[in-house]
Amino acid sequence: MNALDLARWQFAITTVYHFLFVPITIGLTALIAVMQTFWHRGGDERWLRLTKFFGKLFMINFALGLVTGIVQEFQFGMNWSLYSRFVGDIFGAPLAFEALLAFFLESTFLGLWIFGWDRLPKRIHLASIWLVHLGTVFSAFFILAANSFMQNPVGYTFNPTTNRAELSDFLAVLTNEVQLVTFPHVLMGAYMTAGGFLMGIALYHLRRQALDHGPDVSMYRKAVRLGAIVSLVASLGVIVSGDVQGKVMTTYQPMKMAAAEALYETRSNAPFSVLTIGGLDGASARPIIEVPGLLSFLGTGSFSGEIKGINDLQAAYAGKYGSAALTQSASYVPTIWLTYWNFRLMMGAGFVTMFFAALALWKTRGDGVVTGGMWKHIAIWTPLLPVFANSFGWIFTEVGRQPWIVNGMMTTASGVSSTVGASSVLISMVIFTLLYGALAVVEVKLLLRYIKPGAVPVAAPIDPADRTDDAPLVFAY
Amino acid sequence: MTDLSALQLVWFILIAVLWIGYLTLEGFDFGVGMLLPILGRAKTTDPTDIADAERRKRVMLNTIGPVWDGNEVWVLTAGGATFAAFPQWYATLFSGFYLALALILVALILRGMGLDYRHKVNDDTWRKRWDLAITGGSFLAALLWGVGLTNIVYGTPIKPNPAVAGDYIFDGTLLTLLGPVPLLGGLTFVALFLTHGAFFIALKTDGPIRHEARALGIRAGLVSAVLAVALLLLIGLKHGSLVFWIGTAVAAVALLAGIAMAAKAREGWAFIGTFAAIAFAVVAYFGALFPNAMPSTLGDANSLTLAAASSTPTTLTIMTWAAAIFTPIVLVYTGWTYWVFRKRLAVHHIPEPVAIH
Repeated sequence: MNALDLARWQFAITTVYHFLFVPITIGLTALIAVMQTFWHRGGDERWLRLTKFFGKLFMINFALGLVTGIVQEFQFGMNWSLYSRFVGDIFGAPLAFEALLAFFLESTFLGLWIFGWDRLPKRIHLASIWLVHLGTVFSAFFILAANSFMQNPVGYTFNPTTNRAELSDFLAVLTNEVQLVTFPHVLMGAYMTAGGFLMGIALYHLRRQALDHGPDVSMYRKAVRLGAIVSLVASLGVIVSGDVQGKVMTTYQPMKMAAAEALYETRSNAPFSVLTIGGLDGASARPIIEVPGLLSFLGTGSFSGEIKGINDLQAAYAGKYGSAALTQSASYVPTIWLTYWNFRLMMGAGFVTMFFAALALWKTRGDGVVTGGMWKHIAIWTPLLPVFANSFGWIFTEVGRQPWIVNGMMTTASGVSSTVGASSVLISMVIFTLLYGALAVVEVKLLLRYIKPGAVPVAAPIDPADRTDDAPLVFAY
Repeated sequence: MTDLSALQLVWFILIAVLWIGYLTLEGFDFGVGMLLPILGRAKTTDPTDIADAERRKRVMLNTIGPVWDGNEVWVLTAGGATFAAFPQWYATLFSGFYLALALILVALILRGMGLDYRHKVNDDTWRKRWDLAITGGSFLAALLWGVGLTNIVYGTPIKPNPAVAGDYIFDGTLLTLLGPVPLLGGLTFVALFLTHGAFFIALKTDGPIRHEARALGIRAGLVSAVLAVALLLLIGLKHGSLVFWIGTAVAAVALLAGIAMAAKAREGWAFIGTFAAIAFAVVAYFGALFPNAMPSTLGDANSLTLAAASSTPTTLTIMTWAAAIFTPIVLVYTGWTYWVFRKRLAVHHIPEPVAIH
């Protein structure tokens, strides 16, 4: 493997890993804020217990998202220095905005929320968690604006004197058509993920309480229903935004759309295969279930619409891009099996989560509880499936963009750091992979330890006005 | 592209400000992390002493608990702002100092995980491991930031990339970065942050630990003063400029004044002293750097200048507006956070450990 391959692997590992924690962070801050608001408004102690319980789980998850996020910010320059210098004038600004507008807000108010239960007036303490959530939303917006530039570069001109792309219209970068559909898609995905997280963990406890006739059935039912409703509504948002995204993708990244279906020949009324056996090389594929015209519909909004095939696109791109150093590539076709299967796994995981959410809502209506052994499995899978769906979606999006680092403008191969040797990348990759692996084990074990006791009764927060200076801290490291 | 525009100058100054924010704030976090085994050492093997030492450690960790994460954002902002305002600087620096930065990242990851996870399980082995992560990570990060920043200022083998027009590359290895002056820079950062952290603990705690921290800070401060003067003279002989010497002079006076104030048990002023010393040391560093982003040891013509590294006026203008509007807001709520957690902590404030085993 050369430095380029290693740098690509490193980006894949660090980014997929980082993004395991991000959607839970975004979505769960909102859900915790909602639960705390319920408690604040109605005084129902059950919501306070749930707030504190999921607050602890949130912090265990957030720690990893935080520390792995620093790597994200640095690795563009470390592994992709030619990319960074070429597009930094455009790409750097959203990252700086993200730090200035989002990271400070998130970190500062999270500190206030965690340590501030007995230091801040109730109202301000509640506002803190909402501000943390706002920070995560800002963060998502800016980083997706940066990513959308890579999918569909807009608002720039090439300057031959400086030999780089330069910003001409920042508003165009922020309102990139790809960004306008990706941002809601990712945000809804995050709410769906957090809804699944809440629902799954609450289902586990609801079942246990129901079987043991425990006192907290109603509390966990509330949590299950909140998680299920959020997950279900958000998944509808995911579907609607994903549908628009498919059409935008067909316009700006037709190769990615063709790669999603392994469609080699241009055709109208293009079918969508749910499953395929055999190779995806265009010759030996054997679709098992095929819906006629569905790919055309996803891509164009009409069952008879034309979808460009991989072969035509490859020929067209070879002619269009084959002569310039930054854009020439032996092939303009992404790794088809990855795009094909990740696209399906993403949707599949999403639909199964939706189904579980609907089922849980139905079972817990009125005084309903869940007791069957099946629910133990559902409780495990509902937090995991949306997390995987996010990963599948991103792997599809990023692999589907290849061989481009910036679509139609610069190949990934021409963006890699020219002076970083394969051994350096390998050393850092091994270190990060081992470290990340070890931390994942610690994190999961810790999460399970904290999930087990459940939302135990808590003391009512002390008003800061009533707090004596010598009282022990309510929360302490 | 040789003359520096006003906007480019503004962004050079703003990046210096972000580094001042980072090193003055996370500097005391690093110091607290490094002091954990020193001020939190059990004096005997008596169980009462061991339990007391654990409570002192927790007092120390809780002084930075609500703020360390926000403090770390300053370096993310510095990184992002460098990417946006001086993309070539970001590209050359981050790819050039590759393994050093990877090690810094590992140190920051371990330290951050330690701070977040240490208190989550009531188990001695668990705590010991995360203590090692916090202290080791704080030390390594402080040392490597010192080595790295001193390398940038002192000069590294930078040259234009013959293969890509406009690109500058670092022509060296990890060993290139381990010259005597940068290593002295690393040690100076460690000593300065130890002092800064000790004065911070003295300011934020009460009980015996407060006095021990102050006494330790004075000793560490004297060592830092010697190291810092040697370091800044070595840098100054090569890259001295008016701003550099003013920064150096103010930093030296501030550090000595801080130590003197600590000796008089004026902890607030002592902390302000080390705070100002670090801030003006950064001023001196950036004063020595100007007008380069990365001076080259391969001849002046090879240096990466700020003008050559910079973004377009369009990008810089947008960024300036964002900075002008949002930096004051950030400063207000950051300052307010410190005010909320202004009370001194003592061992009696520390609650029982969590019930998770």
